[in-house]
Amino acid sequence: MISGNCVEILRAFDIEPAFPEVNALQLAIRKQSLPLILKAEEMGYSSDNCAYVKADAGFTFGEGAPGVGKIPKPSLIVCNFVGCNVYIKWFEHCAEFLNVPLTMLDVPFVRGDRPTDGDVRYVVAQLKKLISDCEKLTGKKFDIDRLREICRLSAKAEDGWQRCKDLCKNTPAPMDAYFDAINLMGPINVLRGTQDAVDFFDVAVKEYEGLVKDKKGPIPQEKFRMVVEGPPPYPFYRQFRDLFASWGAVAVQSTYSTVGGIWEFGFRHDPKNPLESIAQQMLMENLCNRSLLDRYKQIRRYVEDWKADALVIHSVKSCRLFSAGQGDMRDYFANELGVPTLLVESDLEDPRYYAQAMMKNRIDAFFESLEHRRLMRRA
Amino acid sequence: MIYGAGVDVGSTQTKAVIMGSGREIVARALGMTGANVTKAAERTFNEALAASGLPREKVGYIVGTGYGRYKVTFGDGQVTEISCHARGAHFMVPGTRTVIDIGGQDTKAIRVGTNGEVVDFAMNDKCAAGTGRFLSASAEVLDMPLEKIGALSLEGKEPVRLSTVCTVFVESDIMSYLAQGKKTPDILAGVHRAIAARTISLLQRIGLGPEYTMTGGVARNVGMVTSLEEKLKAPLNVSSDSHFMGAIGAALFALERAEAASRGRAEEAVISGWDDGLAEEKK
Repeated sequence: MISGNCVEILRAFDIEPAFPEVNALQLAIRKQSLPLILKAEEMGYSSDNCAYVKADAGFTFGEGAPGVGKIPKPSLIVCNFVGCNVYIKWFEHCAEFLNVPLTMLDVPFVRGDRPTDGDVRYVVAQLKKLISDCEKLTGKKFDIDRLREICRLSAKAEDGWQRCKDLCKNTPAPMDAYFDAINLMGPINVLRGTQDAVDFFDVAVKEYEGLVKDKKGPIPQEKFRMVVEGPPPYPFYRQFRDLFASWGAVAVQSTYSTVGGIWEFGFRHDPKNPLESIAQQMLMENLCNRSLLDRYKQIRRYVEDWKADALVIHSVKSCRLFSAGQGDMRDYFANELGVPTLLVESDLEDPRYYAQAMMKNRIDAFFESLEHRRLMRRA
Repeated sequence: MIYGAGVDVGSTQTKAVIMGSGREIVARALGMTGANVTKAAERTFNEALAASGLPREKVGYIVGTGYGRYKVTFGDGQVTEISCHARGAHFMVPGTRTVIDIGGQDTKAIRVGTNGEVVDFAMNDKCAAGTGRFLSASAEVLDMPLEKIGALSLEGKEPVRLSTVCTVFVESDIMSYLAQGKKTPDILAGVHRAIAARTISLLQRIGLGPEYTMTGGVARNVGMVTSLEEKLKAPLNVSSDSHFMGAIGAALFALERAEAASRGRAEEAVISGWDDGLAEEKK
């Protein structure tokens, strides 16, 4: 899975990774998710199940999707259920229906400020088991120097990621750190540990630095700077983005883009301690395996350091695991910190939960109120 | 003399208000929205215009609000009903800090600042639980006229406890109470209490704070007002114009915009984000 993934280990054995949730969101953004979700519901998945799971089940256990094709049968299924225990059953189903061996990594949820030494040792021991599974599967001997080199390349791409995000502290921000950063999640998660990822971020950084110099952003005029929490409604990606763009609202930071890893605060894969740094990243340096209070801290830092005017929370109907607590989050930011906060709800994958008129109404009202207050301050 | 008009196209009814520069309401009109939203908006606005006795060209600006605001094709701009209800309620009762708006399909809790600006708001999700539709569904099952159920609910001595706030399932819930021989006033008292409880939880999301003003069509229901007051332990401002509050707010926005435009400063009007292109033209 993407969240806190250990792609570096697989890469050390030249195993090509495929991420089921990336398949699911790709299908959603192509507006192909609903028939697959319905197929999964016919198979017996409940309407309350995670829609990522259902779209992927309909896709993987069925005939694929038109124009997309079918994912070839994997040689190995690796499940790291970082922050989301739904993955346990999801990947068990994949292993069962596809008849493929499964390696399950148990990454303890971090309840305090940081993982304990025992947590790190526990995850490292499991990574060693994964290494031996990969050795058996590929017939290759594990090469620690190869892993060090991959971690070095990962760290370089992570530098580029941090630089892209840091550039959004400028006004105007050179990219939308939600809608555009989601595009950057592809290379940072799927290509991390390769020279391609490093090259990609070199180009991106250069482009964004140029835009900062020219004072250009993703829309003609940046009027509001927002931080966004939660994944987007992928089946309505463009419509959703336009609702904010029409108000001149640009995301300067987002939490969802850090699901794979939080690189903007300086954590890097470490070629000197590859396994320990991979374990640290899986345990702590990603969005989902940390407590809600830790997520508050991350968002607060985003609001303050990136000088945001508002927080927008997009809650996901079919993911209670990630969305639970967002009502309290809204309350904390709006009422305790005085950060104007909007909470809207639809789904990341299932188009049936998205209502354009209601979404537009809430977003328009929110920015009307921000504009009203801004005009009053000027007066 | 400049006039502004607000047309509030709600899911159930359309309301129009025309306001003069002294902030006086010169005319109001109300009609069913029906399936042809643009026609409903036109018809209601024309009725208000006829009532005012003004020629069309005297109305400098028309603001559309409500779910059908983009279908007010003869209007000059759009503002959401959240901003409009806040504005309207603050205009009618300047001490308003919390607006409770229960409409046909939406329930809103709006925290209002000292200038009538929206500070925070919360709305029901994509579900009509606890909205005006819940009341009309209950009235239908009980075969009662909608306008009578509020007063009758106050006669309930032993309110039933509904097992659902779902607008669809409430019908079977009521049927089962009828089968048990429960009295209609007791059932209605239970219905009103259920909506009040749901509305209070929405209010708690934005923080409770007097004065409370109720807007929207359901404000005409005395049973609903009483149930909410009991739960809030505070009085609720209700005006005979509660139903028109969104249209009044829209008319205020329209009037301000018309006045600012006449000074050549359209961008100074309170809401400048709308897409009438005037602010850009004036630059």
